[in-house]
Amino acid sequence: MLKLENVQSGYGNILAVKGISLEVNKGEIITLIGANGAGKSTTLLTISGIVSCRAGRILLHDEEIHTLGTDEIVKRGICQVPEGRHIFPELTVQENLDMGAFMRNDTKQIKADLDYVFSLFPILEERKNQDGGTLSGGEQQMLAVSRALMAQPKLLLLDEPSMGLAPLIIKQIFEIIRKINEESNTTIFLVEQNANQALQIADRGYVIENGKITITGSAESLLNNQDVQKAYLGL
Amino acid sequence: MFTLEEIKRSFLVSVWFVFLTFPIMVIRVDSIEKTVQWRWMNVFWVALGTFVLSFVFRYMMRRKEMKSSDEDEQGDATGRSFLHRWLADPKYRYIVFGSLLAIAIIFPHVFSTYQTSIMTTALMYVVLGLGLNIVVGLAGLLDLGYVAFYAVGAYTYALLHHFFGIGFWVALPAGGLLAALFGILLGIPVLRLRGDYLAIVTLGFGEIIRLVLENWGQFSQGPSGVSNIARPGFFGIEMSLDTALLYIFYLMVIFVIVTIFFVNRLQDSRLGRAWIALREDEIACQAMGIDKMRTKLAAFALGAFWAGIVGVIFAAKTTFISPRSFTFIESAIILSIVVLGGMGSIIGVIFGALILILLPEYLRALSEYRMLAFGAILVCMMVFRPQGIIGSIRRTYTYQNKKKPDTKVS
Repeated sequence: MLKLENVQSGYGNILAVKGISLEVNKGEIITLIGANGAGKSTTLLTISGIVSCRAGRILLHDEEIHTLGTDEIVKRGICQVPEGRHIFPELTVQENLDMGAFMRNDTKQIKADLDYVFSLFPILEERKNQDGGTLSGGEQQMLAVSRALMAQPKLLLLDEPSMGLAPLIIKQIFEIIRKINEESNTTIFLVEQNANQALQIADRGYVIENGKITITGSAESLLNNQDVQKAYLGL
Repeated sequence: MFTLEEIKRSFLVSVWFVFLTFPIMVIRVDSIEKTVQWRWMNVFWVALGTFVLSFVFRYMMRRKEMKSSDEDEQGDATGRSFLHRWLADPKYRYIVFGSLLAIAIIFPHVFSTYQTSIMTTALMYVVLGLGLNIVVGLAGLLDLGYVAFYAVGAYTYALLHHFFGIGFWVALPAGGLLAALFGILLGIPVLRLRGDYLAIVTLGFGEIIRLVLENWGQFSQGPSGVSNIARPGFFGIEMSLDTALLYIFYLMVIFVIVTIFFVNRLQDSRLGRAWIALREDEIACQAMGIDKMRTKLAAFALGAFWAGIVGVIFAAKTTFISPRSFTFIESAIILSIVVLGGMGSIIGVIFGALILILLPEYLRALSEYRMLAFGAILVCMMVFRPQGIIGSIRRTYTYQNKKKPDTKVS
C-alpha cells in the first residue's frame, strides 16, 4: 500500500535520508532498524509530511502523497506515533484520546474505538481523568499508541515505542502492537533500535545505515543474518 | 515554625533591603538649601517592615506546600475552586448571571457619569482580555503586540469617519475585519516561531504599527491624532454627552455578553480543542492531522478581531485618538489581565480586567506606587497562584453507556 521510491530528505544542509526505496504491503508489520542517526526517524517524518521530501516519490495506493500537507496525509489514513511519545501533558488521558479522533465525526464508532483501546490498555481507563503528563513513561507510550489508534489509521507509523522503557514493558507493548495488527488489520511500520524485539514481531525488515538501505529481507532471515547479528543484535 | 534558621533568614533579607533602599529612604539631598538630611529612623522602619513581610511570605509558602500535598491525597475533586463548582450548577448560574445583568442595568443610574465611564473602560478591557486570551491562553502564542490590532480598529473608524464620514455601525465590523486581516498578516511570518522569538516579533509588530501611525502624517495625522470622531448613533437621534456615555455603556455591556458567548462556544469547539492541543505539543498535533498553519492563523485572526472591534468603540467613546493611546504599556496591561486572571479562563479574565482597571482608578491616592504594587502583585501571583486568580477548567466529556454522549461541566 505504501511505496517509497528513492526518497531523499533532511534538515538544512544535512541530508539524513539519501535515497531510500521500500515497500509496505497491506496487513504487514514492517520494521526499519538501524543505529542512532541512520535516518530512521527522518524516514518516518518524511512519510507523514512533517519533514518535506526533497527528491523521489512516496506513493500511497498509487497516489503521490509527498506533496501533500500533514493533515491531508493523516486524512488518508496514515497516523504517526512520534518518537519520545509527545502526548499532550496538560490534557487528561481521555482528552488525549479525543484529540486522536480529531479528524472523525462518527461519534458511535469513536466510542467503540475508545472501548477497544481501553480493552487493550486497561490501565488507561483507570487513569482516564488524570493529566497525561503525570503518567509513567510506559503509560505515556501506551497513551501515544492508543491516541494514534483513535484516528483509525490504515497504516500506523511507530517511532521507537521501546525508547526509555523497562524490558518487561517493552515486551508488553510489542505484544499489543502485534495484537493491533492481527485484530484490526492495521498495517504497521515500526522504526526501532531494539532490533531483536522488532524483528520478532515483524514480517519483513529493512536495515538502514547512513541514510541508505543496506540489507532487506524477511524478519527471520534478518535475525539469522550474520552482519545484522553482529551490528544490531549483539550476538 | 519560628526556628532560629528562619529568623536568621528573615534578618538577612531585612539587612539586604536596608542596603538596597538606603539611597532613597535614608539620604535626602536638598539641592536648594544644599543640605543633606540623614533619616536614620527609616532604616529601622524598613528593617522591621521587610522582616515582618519576609516572615509572612515564608509562612504563606509553607502553608501552600502543606496544602498542595494534602490535595494530592484527596484527588482532584476538591481541587476545584468554590466558584467553579458554584457555576457548574445551572440553578446558581442563572441566579448569578441574572443578578450581574441587573447590576449592569442599574449601575449607571446609581453611580455618577464618571463611574459609568470608568466601568465602560473596564468592560472594554474585559473584551480585550478575552480576545488576547484566545491567542495567549488557548493557543499558547505569546503576543506582546496585541495593542496593534486595537489601534487598527480605532484608526479604521477614526479615518473612515474623518475622510469619508462613515458611521459607527458600518465601521464596527470593518474595524474588526481589518484587524483580523492584520492578525493574519502578522501570523504568516511568525508561523514557525515559538516562545521568546514569537514574543519579540509580535512586540516589534506592535511598535511598527504605532510608529507608522505616528510618522505617516498625511494618512493618520501623525502624533496630533484624529479628533472630532462621532459617538455611536442610535437611529439618528441627537444625544447629550451624558446620554451618549450611557448609551456606550449599555452597548459595551451587550458587547461583553456577546463576546463571552462567542468565546465560550469557541473554546469548546473543534477549533478550540485544536488550539489547546497546539499549545501543548506541536508535533503531536500535526501527527493527529491538525492543520497547524490554519489553526494558528485562526487564533491570530480571531484574537485580533475582538481587539479591532473594541478599538472602534474606544475611538467612538473618547472621540479623539492619537498614537499615544497604543503604546507597549497597553499590551502589557492586557497581557497582565490574562495572566493575572488565569490563562484560558473566561471568568478569570473578566475578574482580572475589573481588578486591574478599576483598582488603579479608585486608588488614585496611591498612584505613585502603582507600578510598585503592580510588580509585587505579579510576583506574589506567580508564587502562590501560578494558574491565575481563577484557573481554567476545561469542559469534560464523559461517555456513558447510553447511546448519546453526556456532556457536563465540571
